[in-house]
Amino acid sequence: MQTETNANPAKDAIRPMRQSRLARIGKELNRSKHYYLLMSPYMIIFFLFTVIPVALSLGLSFFYFNMLEFPRFVGWQNYSRLFLNDDIFMIALKNTLMFAVITGPISYFACFVFAWIINELSPKARAFMTLIFYAPSISGNVFFIWLIFFSGDSYGYLNGFLMKTGFLLEPIQWLLDEKYILPIVMIVQLWLSLGTSFLAFIAGLQTIDKTLIEAGAVDGIKNRWQELWFITLPSMRPQLMFGAVMQITASFAVADISIALAGFPSVNYAAHTVVTHLMDFGTIRFEMGYASAIATVLFFLMIGSNKLTQKVLRKVGE
Amino acid sequence: MVFKMMAAFRTPRKLNRSFAVSLMLFALLALFGAFMALPLIYAVNNAFKPLDELFIFPPRFLVVNPTLENFYDLFALMGNSWVPLSRYIANTLLITIVGTAGHILLASAAAYPLAKYRFYGSSALFSIVVLSLMFSPHVTAIPNYMVMSWLGWINTHASIIIPSLAFPLGLFLMKQFMEQIPDALLEAAKIDGASEYRIYWSIVMPNVKPAWLTLMILQFPMLWGSDGGSFIYSENLKTLHYALGQITLGGIARAGVGAAVALILMIVPITLFVISQSSVMQTMATSGMKD
Repeated sequence: MQTETNANPAKDAIRPMRQSRLARIGKELNRSKHYYLLMSPYMIIFFLFTVIPVALSLGLSFFYFNMLEFPRFVGWQNYSRLFLNDDIFMIALKNTLMFAVITGPISYFACFVFAWIINELSPKARAFMTLIFYAPSISGNVFFIWLIFFSGDSYGYLNGFLMKTGFLLEPIQWLLDEKYILPIVMIVQLWLSLGTSFLAFIAGLQTIDKTLIEAGAVDGIKNRWQELWFITLPSMRPQLMFGAVMQITASFAVADISIALAGFPSVNYAAHTVVTHLMDFGTIRFEMGYASAIATVLFFLMIGSNKLTQKVLRKVGE
Repeated sequence: MVFKMMAAFRTPRKLNRSFAVSLMLFALLALFGAFMALPLIYAVNNAFKPLDELFIFPPRFLVVNPTLENFYDLFALMGNSWVPLSRYIANTLLITIVGTAGHILLASAAAYPLAKYRFYGSSALFSIVVLSLMFSPHVTAIPNYMVMSWLGWINTHASIIIPSLAFPLGLFLMKQFMEQIPDALLEAAKIDGASEYRIYWSIVMPNVKPAWLTLMILQFPMLWGSDGGSFIYSENLKTLHYALGQITLGGIARAGVGAAVALILMIVPITLFVISQSSVMQTMATSGMKD
């Protein structure tokens, strides 16, 4: 009896609450309309050229589409062809994973180690060394200098040097020999990979709270390695996360350097990557559905490895 | 008690490494510094080499008789080309300046509310931006082309400029940097009756100058090095980078001019970085990602 009488007033009490909640949302939206307006130019372009294209690409990967005929739905066919019938995609995938596993982590550690060493220098020397290490990543297409270095005739610097010192009798076709192409592209990729994350690490190291290091000394930190693991790394974990995202994304996206050094396509697809495969189908063969399937695989590869790495990095210094 | 005091006396001292380790680290830095710098030094030297030095055997690294011949050749060549060089320079300047300035303006306008206020959708929008840092623009290249052609922007400069205005990295760095502007400053402005737009323009923007320069140093080389890609095919709309690339395709006969071209292309972004370095470092200090 008592519950019945109590239930109804409660119901009545809830209903106006709900209405006012809707009204509150409206009020809230109205109050922040200036914020939406400020954000709108950026967000419209961002959605138009980044968010919607990702969705489009995902959808298109289930169609056959050649830019001329109307798209035809083919289900999972693009994906099954990609993974079961496309040997070249397998080479591309293998090469891309090689970049991700080798140049990704090496460049990440290089960014950190050099930032760590450079951070100890005097301000003038620090600025100079930062410039030296950062310059390759912003100097545009200067990596074609490496073409001269690795040139296949005896005018190439490497050949010239090795022949002069007697290691070689005949010049080696560095960029036409399957054995050497991939390592060379990796070296050049490493050369210009000390970019944004490198700067972020130096800046992160400079802003570490000095009192933390002193407190650590009181608490019995004995050497540099302990200081690095227990104080430095945890203090700059946010920068480490940011740097990881930059390096991973870059190492999965290798394409321009491969094309500039090894040609497109490279000899026997020795330097073919997922991105160059995507370019092949997207800009030459116009199989847009298939290319979208490649793009979708690349998308999930990049996001997946980024998320995985972040999970690992959260454990640093624990 | 005594031990604690002794420890307190010792703490200001930095942990020292042994001389051997210091030497090793210095050697490491010098070695890799050389690896990083040599190709660039080589590019500078090559641009000033006369033709006979470019093809000397065994190849020589440094220039012996520096000359400006390559640069004269470059200008002579460009003066004779079908589309004058000034046209390519104008195109590149248009793309680079509008793209960079617009990016700084749009990204900071979007970053200000995201950094300083919580409202419906703010955290969701920011997570989408962070997520988009995790994949490269290659993923969206094909649908982008369709969006462009749907908008009718193929073969216009807009196809290069507009998408570059909304690169996610700029918004991310700008937002992280703006978070350190004290709230009290914004509150004071609000009490004085300033609108949100006024606050953004007169208070937030002047306070994030280091971040402007950072966005510039990230955006500028990308647009400066843009060759128009698959979006631009009219010769009179093409960029300097494309024109210079065509020269280097001339092969051995154009090797000297090609070296001059390489120097011009790389010197501009590097100079910008030298000028803006300290501001960039200030911004990068706030670049961290919190999970």
